[in-house]
Amino acid sequence: MNSLRRGKLPPHAAKGLTIFVVFILLFFPSLPWAKGVELLGAGATFPYPLYSKMFHEYWQLTGVKVNYQAIGSGGGIRQLMNMTVDFGGSDAFMSDGELAKAPAKILHIPTCLGAVILTYNVPGNPELTFTPDLIADIFLGKITKWSDIRIAEVNPEVTFSNMPIAVVHRSDGSGTTFIFTDYVSKANSEWQRRVGRGKAVNWPVGLGAKGNPGVAGLIRQLPGAFGYVELVYALQNRMPVASIRNKKGTLVQPGIASTSLAANIPLPDDTRISLTNTDASEGYPISSFTWILVYQEQSYRKRSMEKAQELVKLLGWMTHEGQQYTESLHYAPLPAEAVRKAEKIIKSITYNGEQIHR
Amino acid sequence: MDRERVKFRIGKDKAFMALVILLSFFSMVPLFLILFYIMRNGLSSLSWEFLTELSKPVGEVGGGIANAIVGSFLLVVIASLPAIPMGITAGVYLSEHKRGRLSYLLRLAVEVLQGTPSIVIGIIAYLWLVISMGGFSALSGGVALGIMMLPVITRATEETLKLIPDSLKEASLALGVPYYRTILKVILPAGFSGIATGILISLARIAGETAPLLFTAFGNPFMNLNIIKPVNALPLLIYNYATSPYPEWHSIAWGASCVLICIVLILNFVTRIIAQRWKVQF
Amino acid sequence: MASKSIDNQIDPSPRVPGLRAEFVFRKILLLSGLVIVVLLAAIFLSLFLHSLPSLRAFGLSFFFTKTWDPVSGKFGMLSFLVGTLLTSFLSLLICLPFSLAISIFLGEYFREGPLSSFLRNVTELLAGIPSIIYGFWGLFVLVPIVRKLEIILGIPPYGVGIFTASLILAVMIVPYAASIGGEVISLVPSDIKEAAYSLGATRQEVITKVILPYARSGIMAGILLALGRALGETMAVTMVIGNSNLLPRSIFSPGNTMASVIANEFTEATGRLYLSSLIEIGLLLFLVTMVINIVGRYIIKKVSVEA
Repeated sequence: MNSLRRGKLPPHAAKGLTIFVVFILLFFPSLPWAKGVELLGAGATFPYPLYSKMFHEYWQLTGVKVNYQAIGSGGGIRQLMNMTVDFGGSDAFMSDGELAKAPAKILHIPTCLGAVILTYNVPGNPELTFTPDLIADIFLGKITKWSDIRIAEVNPEVTFSNMPIAVVHRSDGSGTTFIFTDYVSKANSEWQRRVGRGKAVNWPVGLGAKGNPGVAGLIRQLPGAFGYVELVYALQNRMPVASIRNKKGTLVQPGIASTSLAANIPLPDDTRISLTNTDASEGYPISSFTWILVYQEQSYRKRSMEKAQELVKLLGWMTHEGQQYTESLHYAPLPAEAVRKAEKIIKSITYNGEQIHR
Repeated sequence: MDRERVKFRIGKDKAFMALVILLSFFSMVPLFLILFYIMRNGLSSLSWEFLTELSKPVGEVGGGIANAIVGSFLLVVIASLPAIPMGITAGVYLSEHKRGRLSYLLRLAVEVLQGTPSIVIGIIAYLWLVISMGGFSALSGGVALGIMMLPVITRATEETLKLIPDSLKEASLALGVPYYRTILKVILPAGFSGIATGILISLARIAGETAPLLFTAFGNPFMNLNIIKPVNALPLLIYNYATSPYPEWHSIAWGASCVLICIVLILNFVTRIIAQRWKVQF
Repeated sequence: MASKSIDNQIDPSPRVPGLRAEFVFRKILLLSGLVIVVLLAAIFLSLFLHSLPSLRAFGLSFFFTKTWDPVSGKFGMLSFLVGTLLTSFLSLLICLPFSLAISIFLGEYFREGPLSSFLRNVTELLAGIPSIIYGFWGLFVLVPIVRKLEIILGIPPYGVGIFTASLILAVMIVPYAASIGGEVISLVPSDIKEAAYSLGATRQEVITKVILPYARSGIMAGILLALGRALGETMAVTMVIGNSNLLPRSIFSPGNTMASVIANEFTEATGRLYLSSLIEIGLLLFLVTMVINIVGRYIIKKVSVEA
């Protein structure tokens, strides 16, 4: 046997010291006064590139850390309902039914406008056009090959090979899915009947991937793939973006301008509105707001006043100064009316009944 | 004996041996392929900045995995603190009580726990800790990992102590050394290599676990040492970055895989050295 | 055993301080054993209690329904059950020749020596690679290869799917299936081997006709262990299986397994029934792997007692 105790300290003192040091290291940072306020958010992957940039800049500016985990809009809503996060992110606004089930009143604050686009992996990556019925039929599994005559009809200059279409959709609960299925339901009655709209639906065909990044990643590598993602994911990865014939019959390319045009409608006070299948003649038909969801009354679960204040400050910054980061990432900034409505909503956030925002 | 028939059988014998050797070595190919790919793609990402910086926003080049490394380390420490003492004492109990109701149940429990899928342990940690604490935390992730360490350490302790002859214990008791000191100061040190091996094996196992962390540790783009807040970890980072579409993130994931594999290999290596140098021999 | 009688005789009176420490120490040992047993029971209980809403709503039809529809609130796990069974058994099938070869190699042909320790080390390392790395590597290396294969076969070149998941699982479980088999084969008593040799058998004939049948329960145990591992594997599978909640039509279709669907949908399951259904899947996973592990280890115990 080897003697393992050739230290200078008596053995129990050494052991005790290590345990003491470890405990200090573990519990010290957890003491409430040890660090500044950190905010935790979870939800949509739709605005994740924007939020990731915004929160990074915000941290440089104010020292407040905002930890946002992009787990999908469904996850954001669920974690907010469980009160395990400070705010949720969702591109699917909560329905009246969902709001009724929440433990307290939840507010929707819009942060930017984005576009859900269709992208694909076809040799040569040509610019393609689609009609709503075409999109519905592909996702319903009725059109299975790229060489189908209906696709060629709308894209006469392109020659397609006989590749099978690999439909890609979300495997997680997604606001992007909600926006997309909301649009297809409005534009195609068979889809509305058979599948409907939702954050997660019973897809008739296709492969699933997690998050906007997962879908973009899969489509990028899978020849013949066809799926829907938020605009920035396609642009950042140099993937092709389809133009869509909108309600008025115009062929629209997704972009900041066409997205903003779709948002040019009167907004309800709580900003919960769908912008899909827009009536605007040059508007992109699958545009949407994305929202940050918070509880109106912030003193739940022993939250501190300080945390509530930081949250309100963050929201104020995101809807004003933070908007400067939208365009470089191909999101459309909030229209003036949306900012006004957002300000009113932020002002209504209270702590113990008292308004926080001054 | 039919000459032809014998020659055929001898031929079969040789062919069989060749087949066995071929298949055995072929099954080693994946290991080398994996190590090769990770080294080839990951080494180029490694640098001092890579290991010490935080991650950059989506789509920007650069950044590092410092918070994931620290987070993994934090989780391992949180997991070890309850798991190692409890695992060792349970192992001692089992080696001291070879029969009895509790021993039987305990052995059964340890076996079942060891085979439980890690995603199920993640569900449990979520139900027990995340909901009650009202949030995601390094603590809940660490506890999930700790539960996974327990059975490995318990079995390793029990197996090691079984190798130590009773005569050692009885000699110590005969000299008047109290029971607890006999165990703590005589028996356990004698079995040090086996127990340490068990601990290192369990550490190597949990360092790479992802599933239980998905809904407990949750992830964090910033550095975090606070155990009641979410934390990032190497396997989580690899999962998120690998399934993204950004090539920069893919490179970071390869680099992080490189780091993770190195940690696992080092732990394996240390285990082997300890097992040889401090062999439990009587 | 001496310790048992000491237990009853210790009088933890404060007059004799050493005995108090003795008493406390024994209680600590007992307590840690109890805690682990209670922990396991608590795990089962928690899973069961949280599955109740789903159990009550769907009952037995949960296992046979292939609809998994969060919108209408109808859940059935048939697709995941099929996906899990397909991937697990396919991976076992693929790994079997290799594991058997390794067992025979290490247990019979090369029991000692540098070649033997080399193979042993490699096998142990294979078992030690984290599953996320298997998944990552599978996604970037195996999937393109399978894609090329699918193009040759003329089927939609997803690359991801049941087949790819089975491939990666097979690589992961080879060490598990090989480990026990190797030991058991080496423990076959020499007298029956030599009896066969003396009758003029070749080495191959001794292996296939004497050793393997004798060691078959040990080999079975290894296979069961590997099966348990394959059933519960999450990360490597979820990255290469295609995440489709539809019933797979062929082994090249995308699909989903029980473990993978939990990983995908757990954090966002809105609504008690949705979450409860996922937890019920977790409960089933827990019970199935428990049974397989118990049976496997029981066989091992029987085999080691025989040896």
